[in-house]
Amino acid sequence: MTLAFLNLTWPTFADGLELGGIYALMAVGIGLVFGVLRLVNFAYGQLIMAGAYALAYGATWNLPNWESILLCFGVVLVLSVLMDRLVFRPLRLHSPAVMLVATFAVAFLLQNVALLKFGALPRSVGSLALLNAPWDIFGVEIKKIAVISVATAVGSLTILQLLLTRTPLGLHMRAAATDFRTARLLGVRANRVIGAAVILSGLLAAVSAVMLSVQDINVVPAFGLQDTIVVLAGVVLGGLNRPIPATLGGFAIGFATGILGGVLSSNQVQYLPAFVFAAVIVVLLLRPNGLFTRATGAVERV
Amino acid sequence: MNQLRRLPELFAPALLILATAWLGLAVSGYLQAYFVDTLVKVAIVVALYVFIGNSGVLSFGQISFVALGAWTAGLLTMPEDEKRIGLPGLAHFLLTTNTGNAASLALAAAVGGIAALLVGLPLMRLSGLAAGIATFAVLEITNNVLNYDGSIGPSLNNFSSVPATTGIWQAAIAGLICVAVSYVYQRTRFGRMLRATREDPAAAAAAGISIYRQRLLAFTLSGALAGFAGGIYVHLQPLAASNLYLDLTFITLAMLVVGGSGSLLGAVVGALALNGIFSFFSAATNGVGVLGWHLTVPSGTAEIVLGTLMAVVLILRPSGLTGGRELSLPRRRRPVADLEKARATT
Repeated sequence: MTLAFLNLTWPTFADGLELGGIYALMAVGIGLVFGVLRLVNFAYGQLIMAGAYALAYGATWNLPNWESILLCFGVVLVLSVLMDRLVFRPLRLHSPAVMLVATFAVAFLLQNVALLKFGALPRSVGSLALLNAPWDIFGVEIKKIAVISVATAVGSLTILQLLLTRTPLGLHMRAAATDFRTARLLGVRANRVIGAAVILSGLLAAVSAVMLSVQDINVVPAFGLQDTIVVLAGVVLGGLNRPIPATLGGFAIGFATGILGGVLSSNQVQYLPAFVFAAVIVVLLLRPNGLFTRATGAVERV
Repeated sequence: MNQLRRLPELFAPALLILATAWLGLAVSGYLQAYFVDTLVKVAIVVALYVFIGNSGVLSFGQISFVALGAWTAGLLTMPEDEKRIGLPGLAHFLLTTNTGNAASLALAAAVGGIAALLVGLPLMRLSGLAAGIATFAVLEITNNVLNYDGSIGPSLNNFSSVPATTGIWQAAIAGLICVAVSYVYQRTRFGRMLRATREDPAAAAAAGISIYRQRLLAFTLSGALAGFAGGIYVHLQPLAASNLYLDLTFITLAMLVVGGSGSLLGAVVGALALNGIFSFFSAATNGVGVLGWHLTVPSGTAEIVLGTLMAVVLILRPSGLTGGRELSLPRRRRPVADLEKARATT
C-alpha cells in the first residue's frame, strides 16, 4: 500500500510524523522560555545532549530502562535549573542579543565539557533501540517509536495546554508572556513563573532526549545540536510570540524534513538542509511575523 | 582640533595589531603560529563589526562569506597539477585558473562582497529575530553546498597544498586593512546614518534615512571584508568547510560581544583577548612555562575556559570590555560643554 505520488510510502509518512512530533515538543520547550523570558535558548540542544548521555550511562550500568529514563529526567532538570540560576537570571534585564550570545557561551561550554569528559567517540543507548522494531498496523509496518513519539507529543501538549489554560499558574505564565511588567504589578511572582517555565521546558527537553536517542542511538557531544537549529528555525517560522504557532512551526519543519528525507534519492538528500533552510528564508520574507500568526502590524520586540 | 581628537579611534586598534605582530616576531616558530591565527581572527571580527556593530542587527551569516572567500582564494592559488590530483570533480575553468596571492585575495573580497549583496537584497528587509534566523539559514545553506559540491571545491576534504603565504606580516597587514576600511566607513555619512538607525530606527527614518539601504551597504562591505579575511585564512592553514561553520561563528560573535560590539576598538580588543587566552590554553596542552612554573592542561581546557570566560564577562559587563566606546582624547573643557553637562545632571 503506497501513497501513490512522490514515492511516498506509509512508513515514510510515519517517519515524518515522528520527527514532527519530537520537534513540536522541542518547539514548545523553546517557546515557553521565550514567552516568559524573551530568551532564545540556544543551549537547549545541550540539555538534550546531557539527557542522552544519562541514558547512555544508564545502558552501560545495566540499569532497567525506566531507571535510565528517570536519570535522564533528573540530569536535564538539574542542568536547566542551574543554567537559569547561574546565567539567565543575572542577565534577565539585558538586551536579547546579549542573552542570546550568553546561551551560545553556555552551549559551547557544555559541548566542550562533554567532549572532555566523554570523548568524541559515540556512546550507545542500546537498550531503548528495541523501540525501532516495527508494529504491524493494518498491513503496514510502522516503527513503534513513531507511534510512541506521536502519542507522547499529543499527550504532553494536551497536558501543557490544560496547565496553561485551567490552572492559576498557567494564567500567571500567560500573563507574564503577554506583558511581564504589568503582570508583576498585578502580583504575579516573577521568579515562580520563570522557574515554572524553566522546569517545564526542561521536562520537554528530557522527553525529546529519550525520543531522539531511540532514533539515533549514538550519543556524541554534538547530539541534538543540529535538531535544535532546525527547531529554532521552525519556531521562528511558525511565529515565536505565541505557543501554538510555535508548536505548529516546529511540527511543520520536522514533518517536512522527515518526508523529504524519505522521498529524495541519496544524491539529493545530502542537500536536504539547503532545501529546508532556503524554504525558511522564503517564508520569512513573505511572512516575517510567522506563518501561523495573523498579521497585527505590531512592532517586533527583539 | 576635532579631527585630531578622533585619531585614537584609528590608531588604538592599529597599534594593538602592530604590537601583536611585534610580539609574534619575538617568539619562536611554533608559538608564532598562534599570533598569526589571532591576527586573522581580528580581521574576521572587524568584518563582523562593520555590519553587526554599526547596525545593531545580529547576523549569523557572515562566516559564510568568510567561507566563500576562503574557497575563492584557495582555488585560485592551488597549483594546477595538485588540483588535478586532489580535486578531480572541479569545474574546468577553476581547474586551469591560477592568479597568485594578491589577486586571489582581491577576488576573494569581491566574491564575498557580491554574495553579501545578493543575499542582503532580500534579507535586509527583515529585522529582529527573523533577520537572525534568516542569516543563520544562509550559513546553513552555504555550509551544506560547500560540503557536498565537488565541482567548486574540495567538498568534505580540506584545502591541502594551498601555498601557505600568510605569515605574521601578511596577517598583520590584513588586520590593518580591515581596521582602516572599517574606520573610514564609520567616519563617512553612511556609517553615521547606519549608527543613527541603530540608536533609534524611528527617529532615523523620520530624518530621511533609508534603513534598508544603509544596512545593505554595510552588509555588503562586511561581506567583502569577510571574504578577504577568508582568503587570508585559507592561505594560513588547510581549511575544510567544517572549520568555517558553527564553532567559528560562535567564537567570532563572542569575541565581538565580549570586546564590546559598539566600537571598532571593542572588536579588536575582544578578538585579541579571547584568542590570546584560547591560544595560551591550547599551547598549554603541550606544556608551557609561566613565570617559573610549568603548566600542562588536558586538551579541551581551552574551549572550557573560553566558554566560562564568555559567560562571566557577559554577566559582569554586558556591554563588553570596552563598553562599546572608542578611545578618544579628552574633550577640551569649554564653558558651553560645562553648561550642557550641568543641565543634563539636573
